[in-house]
Parts: sequence; C-alpha cells; structure tokens
Amino acid sequence: MTRYDTVIGLEIHVALLTQSKFLCSCRASFGAPPNSQCCPVCLGLPGTLPLINEKAVEYATKAGLALKCNINHYSRFDRKNYFYPDLPKAFQITQDAFPLCNDGYLEYYVDDQLVRTAITRIHLEEEAGKLIHSGESIVASEYSLVDYNRAGIPLIEIVTAPDIHQPKQARLFLEQLRLLMSYIGVSDTKMEEGSLRCDANISLKPSGSPVLGTKVEIKNLNSFRALEKALEYEEIRQSQVLDSGAKVRQESRTWDDRAGKTVSMRSKGDAPDYRIFPEPDLPPLNLDPVWVELIAASIPELPLERLNRLEGEYGLSRYEATFLVNYPDFGELFLELADSGLDCKTVVNFLMGDYARLAREKGHLDSERIAGLFQILDERLISQTQAKEVLDALFSSPQTAREIVKDKGMEVVGDPERLRPIVHQVLEANPQLVERFKLGETKLHGFFVGQVMRATQGKADPEAVNALLQEELVN
Amino acid sequence: MRNLAHLLETRQVSSREIVKHYLGEIKQQEPDLNAFITVDDVGALAQADAADMRRSQGNPLSPWDGIPIAVKDNISTKGLKTTCASRFLSNYKPLFDASVVRSLRDAGMPILGKTNLDEFAMGSSTEYSAYGVARNPHDRTRVSGGSSGGSAAAVAAGEAPWSLGTDTGGSIRQPASFCGVVGLKPTYGWVSRYGVVALAPSLDQVGPMARTVEDAAILFSLLAGPDPKDATSADARNFEVPFWDDQFVKDLKIGVPEEFFGEGLHPDVEKAVRRSLRTLEGQGATLVPISLATNDYAIDTYLTLVTAEASSSLARYDGVRYGERVHAADSNTMFSKSRAAGFGPEVKRRIMLGTYVLSASHYEAYYEQAQRVRTLIKLDVLDAFKQVDVIITPTTPTTAFTIGAKRNPLEMYLSDLFTAMANLSGIPALSVPCGTDPKGLPIGLQIMGSHFREELLFKVGYVVERSAAR
Repeated sequence: MTRYDTVIGLEIHVALLTQSKFLCSCRASFGAPPNSQCCPVCLGLPGTLPLINEKAVEYATKAGLALKCNINHYSRFDRKNYFYPDLPKAFQITQDAFPLCNDGYLEYYVDDQLVRTAITRIHLEEEAGKLIHSGESIVASEYSLVDYNRAGIPLIEIVTAPDIHQPKQARLFLEQLRLLMSYIGVSDTKMEEGSLRCDANISLKPSGSPVLGTKVEIKNLNSFRALEKALEYEEIRQSQVLDSGAKVRQESRTWDDRAGKTVSMRSKGDAPDYRIFPEPDLPPLNLDPVWVELIAASIPELPLERLNRLEGEYGLSRYEATFLVNYPDFGELFLELADSGLDCKTVVNFLMGDYARLAREKGHLDSERIAGLFQILDERLISQTQAKEVLDALFSSPQTAREIVKDKGMEVVGDPERLRPIVHQVLEANPQLVERFKLGETKLHGFFVGQVMRATQGKADPEAVNALLQEELVN
Repeated sequence: MRNLAHLLETRQVSSREIVKHYLGEIKQQEPDLNAFITVDDVGALAQADAADMRRSQGNPLSPWDGIPIAVKDNISTKGLKTTCASRFLSNYKPLFDASVVRSLRDAGMPILGKTNLDEFAMGSSTEYSAYGVARNPHDRTRVSGGSSGGSAAAVAAGEAPWSLGTDTGGSIRQPASFCGVVGLKPTYGWVSRYGVVALAPSLDQVGPMARTVEDAAILFSLLAGPDPKDATSADARNFEVPFWDDQFVKDLKIGVPEEFFGEGLHPDVEKAVRRSLRTLEGQGATLVPISLATNDYAIDTYLTLVTAEASSSLARYDGVRYGERVHAADSNTMFSKSRAAGFGPEVKRRIMLGTYVLSASHYEAYYEQAQRVRTLIKLDVLDAFKQVDVIITPTTPTTAFTIGAKRNPLEMYLSDLFTAMANLSGIPALSVPCGTDPKGLPIGLQIMGSHFREELLFKVGYVVERSAAR
C-alpha cells in the first residue's frame, strides 16, 4: 500500500432532532405508523408553499459553530430537481451556491495523535420519503410503498475536505462527529435508523504526488464498521487497478455488506443533471449576528475540550477520560461526583467497573445515591465486598445505601468495645493455640481472625479485629 | 356590487336568488361559452342559504356576504375539483382551501364554480385547456384570452359577478382586455400564493377580475394582505377601497412609453388608448413621453424564467400520485410515459425549454443571464417611476383573435408583449376597458404603478372607465 497515498473525503447527512419538520409543522419523530405524520406541504400537494422552521436553522447553526465554521449571514435555498418515487415535489429544497456554514474543522485523536480534518461546508436540506419495497430492491419489486413521515425532516449535509488518509481515520472522524452532534443535542445520530448517513469519496495517488487521483464515491455505508471495511476494500481494489496499468473509473459504487465488497452503481456519464436553481418560494436567509452570538453562547463543552479537562484538571488517564467522553452520561456523573469532593480515581474506577455493567442494563443512578454509597464505605460501615451487594440493591430499590445496609443488617462491626468480648471468647476457646502463637507460630493469627469473622457472620471489620488480636495476644 | 350589497342588506333580494340567477345564466350559456370547468350548483346554493341565514340573524360576515364568485381552476378549493385544465388533475380534489379562497369564504361569498384556463396557466387563449376553449362572449368565434380566459368570459357574459384570476405574464390583464372587463395583477407579494397551483412562483400573482374598477378594488381589498403561509408574502398592510374623485388627475404625471406604441400595435387599439390619454390630459394630467427600452427583452426574459420555474414546479406530476400511471418496467420509464400521456403540447414544450435552460451546460447562458436582465428591467421600471406617477400602455397589441388563428407558439407568446414587464419587476398593473374596435371587440388599457400603488391605479382606472363610457 505504500506505493500510493489514500485520499478520502466524506459527505455526512445528519437528521436534525427538531420537534417539527423543516418546511411544515408536522411532527418529525421516528417510528410513527406510515403516513401518519404528513400534511399537504410535506406531501408536496399542488399549490402548497414551504416555510422555514427556525429551529432547524438554529440546530444547523449550532452544528456549524461546533465545527468551527463561518456562519454565513446570507444563505439561500435552491431546488435540486430529480425524479424518484420517494420525492414528493420531484425536487429537493437544499442549499447549493450559498450554504449556511463553511470553512470549519474537526479535531480528533487517531491513535495518540491529534489530527484535524477540514469541513468544507454545511448546508440545510429536506429529507425525502421512504420507500418500502415488496421485494429486495426497487427493480426487483412487484410494487413499492411510500411512507411520507420522513419527507421533509430537516437534514444537514456536512462535507469534509479530502483530508483523511486511511479508512480507520475515516471511521474515527465519523465517530467523533457523531459524538459532537450528540453533545450539542441537535441529532440522535443513529446510523441504524438513518439519522446519520455517510457517503465516502476515495482516490489513490502515487506516494507524494500533489495531483489527486480519480475518485470513486461509495454509498450505502450503514455503520461505522461498513465505512471502514468499504474504504479498505476500495483501497485494495483501486491499487490493483492502478498496478495493472489501468485507470480508475470515476463512478458511484455501493457497499454490499454481506458480500464485503463495493459494486458499481453508475458511472460519471450517467450522473443526473440536477438543474439546480434558486428556490423562488423562499426568500434568502439573513441571520442576525446577535442571534448567532446567542446560539454560540448556548453551545456546551465539546468532547475534545472535555477530554483535555478530564486529563488536565482531574488527572485521569487517556483511557479513563476517553471512556467518560464517549459515554457522556457517565461523564456527567463523574463530574458531579468528583466535583462533590470524592476521590477522582475511586469514582472513575467505580463507574467503569460493576456500575457500568448495571447502569447499561438498568439505567443510571442519581449522583446523590452513589455519593451515599461512597459515604458509608468511607465510614467503614460496610466492606468493599458488601458494597457490591448494596450497589445491586440500589438499582432495584429506591432506598439510599444507608437504608439498604440497615435493612439488611449489613453494618460492619468496627467498634472495639463490641468486638472485644467476641475476641475473648475465641481466645478462651483455644488456649493451646494461643500458647503456640505466643511461642512464635504467628501464622495462627489468620485462624483467629477467621474465627472472629465466623462468630460475627462476616460483619466484623477485619482491620479492627487485627488490632484487637494484636493487643490481646501480644500483651 | 355596492347595489347588490345594498339589495341584500335591505333584504330586497336573497343570496339564494342571486346565486340561482347566475347558475341559470351558466346553465344557459355554458354549452356554447365553456367558461367553466366545474360548476358547483349544490355547494353554491348551500353557501347562499348559509349567507341568507346569517343575514336574517343580523350577522353578515361582510357587506359582500352572499354575493357569489367564480374561481380560476388553478386555485385550490377544498373538496371541489381543481384541475388546472389538465388531464393530470382531472380528479384532484384539494384537502385545503387556498388562502385567497379562505378570504372569500370568510367574507361569505358562495363559489359558483371553477373557471377554464390554459393547462397549468400556460397560454394566452385557453386553447391549451384539456377541456376545450373558453369562447369570447363578444364574438364566440374568438378566444377569451388566457390563461384566465374562463374567469374573464364568465364575468363578461354575466355568468358571475366577479372572479379570481392568476397572472404570471399577463394572464389576468390580457383576457380582461379581450373580454372587456377590469383585471388587476397586484404587486408581487401583496396577495398570498398559498394554494395557487404554481406555474412560475417568482412571477405568479392572484388578482381580481370584475365588471367595474370599483368592483375590482372591492375584491382586491378582500385578497390583499400578509399571509404567514406564504414566505414570499409582503409584510404589507391590508388594502382599503379608495374614495373616488377626479380632482387628483390634475397633478398626475402619466408616463407614455414609446416602445409600447410601435410596430405590431393594431391602429384601432392605439386610437382607443390615445383617446383615453387625451381625456386624462384634458382633465389636467401631464403626459410624459418616456422610454422603457428594456421591454424589448421582456418576452425573452420572461419565457426563460417561466419555463425554468415551470419545469420544476410541474415535475411532481409524474404518475406516482397524479394522473394515469403508465406502467413500465422501471420507474424512469414510468415517469416519462405517464408525463407524455398526461400533459398537453404547450406544457410539454415549456417543460422541455425550462429543462434546457436549467441544464448544467446552459444555465449560465440562459437562466442566469435572464435573472440579470430581469434586474435591469426592474431598475428601468423603477427609474421611470422617479419621473411619473403611472405608466399607461395598451394591454395587448390587438383585440381578441379568432380561435385557431395562432398556430405558431412564438406568435402566441407575443400576446404578453406589453404585460410581462409588470410581472418581471413585481409592480402592479391594471387593465381597464377603454373602447371597442369597429367589430365591437373590447380594447383594454393598461395602467402600471410602482410597488403597492394599487390605490392610484384604481383611481386612474376609474377616470378611464368613466371617459370610455361616455
């Protein structure tokens, strides 16, 4: 592979999580019964006119700001004309010549290296309807049904510069982008539901050459894994084409996940002419700079900023910090607990350990209830082993840790005055062993501890028992 | 209309009687005239009864409650077929009212039916209607004009007291001129386009058509105003019917553009328009010779933009949900076969032209160039209004032509020669009858004003109307 440099650019569609659709007031939620969320406007009935949903503009602006883009105070909508059965008006309202955002970037880690990929542009557009084929595909179907619930949901298309150099990097970029979108709350970014979609352009050029090779577009990348696999496949396919002395054909290919390969869809010559022109039904967008400032002020801490803070201020390792950044719910919990004065390392170990397994099954606990558990551990009211049992109980009952411990009678006995009679009992029951210990057989210490623990059904604080035994036997 | 309203108010006549009268006229004249595509007897009478009920309870919705109207068949009416004179929409019943129809209903006006037009409003004679030509009431061998020919003919023939038309390049004014009625193309944005089936969204406007200038003004006052459903709707006030007087003519400066009085203008038309101009001059107006040189490019610019926008606006009629689907092995073939079967010749011609001017390799030379010229035309017009208050021209170069006379589409396109400029620049323009030719065919005079100067147009039109009646 070293003979060639790989050049990858991505086009990502993100469905915005607005309450209503982009150009009408229909609900935009996922999973409703077919054609239950549509109206004359999103059905494109004759005579209907679009109206811009301000929330969609806000979310797109937010995405642009989070990706360090210029927000254009003037942008414009265009019609992209093409025929497809899922497209109600036979054109899509999008932004072509004057997009909402451009010239940004996203920073992310590849292995331990911080890299930056340039964002060329972000624009707003509307989603098409969804075809449900009676067969495998539209061509192989006797009939296809159209669900217009999805038609008119707002999308942003994010276009990167051809800045990405390996398939794994493309995946890491997309993962980071998804994380960013969920941090700013503009999308639920579920690839399996289509609210995050990615097309990739890939070309190869001789190592070090400044001239880009012929690019191939890959579609139907429905998972992060598919993105990486398809690019890996395409890297090899194109290098073989070039090795054989042939030229790579400029075309669109689709990823066949089952076969694990890309398949040609159409060549450049067949590419449709979209006859794009300014949308006459919508005036241009003129954003008030003050409004943009307000949106900027509403942007929360972004993933990379949080990573740096967790490492720098809280002294976490890259591994721990990455976990907390990738799972922002855990991250939030960590910050609440750590900021309440608990030990950072203890908290992160706890969150990444048994807690993580239980929380994924049953949902998170309030930070106060977790803090309560730490509190009784700190008081030595229970042992580490018992803590696991209390944690289990916290997930299934509304009680506090202290209440659970009390109800279950789990308090550790650490009070020397309560333990001393038990220690005396044990020692008096075993006079010979006490003699042997005094003669130097110190390993018997463990036996005595065990006897005390048995007598207290495990509730005795081992450290307190140690101390008492030491006192009684040595003196 | 004030008389009719007075009769209704004083209970000398009922809305049912008025509606029955017009339905009777329709029944008698339609077989020959063909101004309507759909007549809604049942609906109109029911609405009339409701109006009478309101009157009897002393709660009329407006002074015009119970006065019926005809609506062009490219304006959506809830539950009432809206065909656009196309086979594609022969069974289409909208789920909603256009905002302008909503306004009519809010004023209590029964809808008599839907009037004939050229298919999707593309044409100047209604000869491109899938439902046959609407004939001219003054001479039934002649066209009523277009595309709002049915709306003009219905009013001229007394089948309806007034009507709604739409105007993209002259589609209200040219048929108004041919049929001898008053028609206004309002300022772009002052009347909502929501529910009006698009031909070219950047040019389309709904407007009133009526027997008198005052009636047109009254109807316009019901239509004008902002609509939150239309993003291109102007943030303008409502319109109030002006107080009629002649005195203001004294201070009026009327621009007379030489370009509109040159070659191609029929002498009879010129004579009538010049006579009206002299009358206005006699009442104290100043005639100012001006030049609107960019009008030479108006038709080409108009056709480029209208076809481009139409090719996109009409793309949705693809056999998936509208029209007869022609089955085929793949969806692209299905689309093209369904569209070939569903559209008439003029619509196909314009879609092909529009597709061409928008195609990647011609976009700059045609569409973009036309947009630039449009800006120049607008500047030219606005410049003229720095010197004059209104501009007066003939509405059309000729009176109504004979059915079948214009076989060549280019010849047909020239019908918009004097009218397209107002659409391209967004200004209002009013056509008022100003006389007849020796055959007795009506001649229309066009008054253009600056944006939102409709009141002035009506006032000048009122004077022209009275002088023509003498």
